[in-house]
Amino acid sequence: MAQPKNFGFGEDEKMLRDTAQKFLKDNASVDKLHKLVAGNPDPYRAIESHWDKSIWDKIVEMGWTTVAVPESAGGMGMNLTALAALAEEVGRAALPSPFIATVNATLVVRECDGAVAEQLLGEIAEGKAMTLAGINKLGSWKSSDTDVTAKGDGDVVLNGTAYFVQDVAKSETLIVRAKSSKGVGLYTVAVDADGVNIVADSIIDLTRDQAHIQFNNVKVSSAQVIASGNGGAEAMDKAEPAILTVVAADMVGAGEWQLQTTVEYVNTREQFGHTLGYFQAVKHPVVNMMIMIDQAKSLVYNAACAIDDEPESAMKFARMANAMGSDVASFCSNRAIQFHGGIGFTWECYLHLYTKRQKHNQVMYGDSKYQRAKLAELLMGPVAA
Amino acid sequence: MSAASRKESPEQAEFRVHCRQWLSENTPEKATVRLPESPVEIMTNEQMDYLRSWQKSAYEGGLIGCDYPKSQGGGGMTNCQPIANQEMQAAGVPMLPNVIGLGMGAPTIHYHAQDALKERLLPLLFSAENIWCQGFSEPGAGSDLANVQTFAEKVGDKWVINGHKVWTSLAHFADWMIILVRTDKEDKHNGLSYFVVPIKAALGKGVTVRPLIKITGETGFNEVLFDNLEITDDYRLDEVGNGWKVAMTTLLHERGAGQLVTPSAGRGVVKKESAGDAYSLMGLAKEFARDGKLASDDPVIREEIMKAIIRQEGSKQDARRSRVSSLCDHPMRLPLQTKLLMTEIRQDYAALALEIQGPASSLYLGDDNAPSAGAWPLAYMNSYGMTIAAGASEVQRNILGERILGLAKSK
Repeated sequence: MAQPKNFGFGEDEKMLRDTAQKFLKDNASVDKLHKLVAGNPDPYRAIESHWDKSIWDKIVEMGWTTVAVPESAGGMGMNLTALAALAEEVGRAALPSPFIATVNATLVVRECDGAVAEQLLGEIAEGKAMTLAGINKLGSWKSSDTDVTAKGDGDVVLNGTAYFVQDVAKSETLIVRAKSSKGVGLYTVAVDADGVNIVADSIIDLTRDQAHIQFNNVKVSSAQVIASGNGGAEAMDKAEPAILTVVAADMVGAGEWQLQTTVEYVNTREQFGHTLGYFQAVKHPVVNMMIMIDQAKSLVYNAACAIDDEPESAMKFARMANAMGSDVASFCSNRAIQFHGGIGFTWECYLHLYTKRQKHNQVMYGDSKYQRAKLAELLMGPVAA
Repeated sequence: MSAASRKESPEQAEFRVHCRQWLSENTPEKATVRLPESPVEIMTNEQMDYLRSWQKSAYEGGLIGCDYPKSQGGGGMTNCQPIANQEMQAAGVPMLPNVIGLGMGAPTIHYHAQDALKERLLPLLFSAENIWCQGFSEPGAGSDLANVQTFAEKVGDKWVINGHKVWTSLAHFADWMIILVRTDKEDKHNGLSYFVVPIKAALGKGVTVRPLIKITGETGFNEVLFDNLEITDDYRLDEVGNGWKVAMTTLLHERGAGQLVTPSAGRGVVKKESAGDAYSLMGLAKEFARDGKLASDDPVIREEIMKAIIRQEGSKQDARRSRVSSLCDHPMRLPLQTKLLMTEIRQDYAALALEIQGPASSLYLGDDNAPSAGAWPLAYMNSYGMTIAAGASEVQRNILGERILGLAKSK
């Protein structure tokens, strides 16, 4: 299949993006963000999730959670390009919200058939925040690995621990991947269900919350089985290009904020009688930030478009987009702080909010070296033993 | 999304059919001489004659100058040159030799010459009956192009040119030169003017062309000396003192960022002797061993190849996104990166190709055992010309920083 030349980014997608950009600019400025999440710098502070629920309520009202939900389940069923554009804006605002977690849950659930998946998608469209649990096993980014087990036919019992679960404190429902003798299935569990012990992690990123979740004989009825057999692994595999693309879009948006903020600073701060941007030791790396962001952005929209229009290439392009997105996250964080000098190293400067969000995105879904190794397997085959 | 935005215009669709049919019926005969890697490396008359007759035939077939007005020898169409380029690329036909004329001369003449001059020069440029070269750089004016010192003095109703141009590709074949000269010594930028000069007709009569040898050992560019060359005023483009403005039109198109898309066709060399693109390194790595196993099984080599491929794909998608205005915040942000990225990426993966070839990369064009007849070492050395010519990478980064990001102008 061939991709449309404009990445599928037409009038509807543009309107959605422009509205989102304006909304976040008006309601989620970086000043507000800093006041909201950076009140207490103490690394040993009590773990708290700081976010503005009223912004999430408006996001739901504006329909962002319906974008990736198929029309048959009450959503708008828009293309992945629209979703990538929203993720880019959320990244630009470094927004603390369950949006990315819920989108990722949506992308997995919509790959499943049946009434349970249909019901969940309807709830997501109505604004119920959800997060994936059991997609990260310690020491592995492989989508079929999970440390949670499912036992029993019909009624199932879950045991084990899910690590690095994103934005649990903002979510109502867990989409749990658990393995049985038949493979990896997918189950829906309420965050407050019996036997679910959520242990909040103390993390660097101030714009998110994270937990590991212990499942102690958690009983799951047949009405909670989204995918049985190996359906959970299959759904995850199908959704993976989209998840990688959405996360890359978040990094691109955050990178663009880092670029613009750095440009403003080096156009203002003077040393040796010139603004910093006059000096090519500063100017050229700032240009390199822009070049990398642009490459990553182009690769993100290409991957998003491939997911809808060229699925046979989706994984390849998504790995490219995510690898370059991670490199943007790393390079832009580094140069932004360096060019702000001493002030960039302080808590009061807003840069660290983005640096930390970028770092979190880089490590959570497979870093750029991992993406390139996987891309090489796709393009060149596995390494001979 | 409207269905129409995905589709070609009726004119484009019809033209694509024409291109395919014409190319299928007019495949050029295989060259009997070894063709160079690019038009600016054409060394012999045999090479030039072969490529020139191919360009003439493609022009007569309507595949060159498609978007120029008919009065100027063009096809009078809209956005059809990219279609012809795609079809010529797909058909694997030889390159077009008059590359300076097509890419820089033609758009500059189109935008700045008087009508009579356009109508006289452009048809012969498109057909390659006239080969063109570009007289910009001088010994003292490289990255600082506005420091051009070649002087045109008005004597009566004529201009008398004296000076020294360098790095002039194709000058040894050229009939005409586009030239940036100084007409006022007091004003750096506003003291420049722009002419077209019939250099072949003046060889030995005010014009001397001397070949320069590149680090590859090949010729391809030259220095051109002007000693009291007289030309008439009707060869001037735009007003006296507007040369810098005209030169910007030339450079914009040279960097692939202009309105008029440059006609271009495939490469000339047969595949076996060709240095490829970043993707081709995957195959190359299967041909060379490293530490007792194939380079394609070395994780570090694989990582480096993937980096190169991702950057190359990123540039390709940049080009696609640059045509979707709603995904670009500044219309020139992506076009001004094109030349910089293309040349740096190529230089980096050529260097990687040599690493993959290992000791065999020491073998050059004249060695019978050289892999791919020495194409990668040649491409690697030639890549240095690309990151220097047409505005060195450092100048490109200044332009991007200043024009797009608004950073203070560096001196």
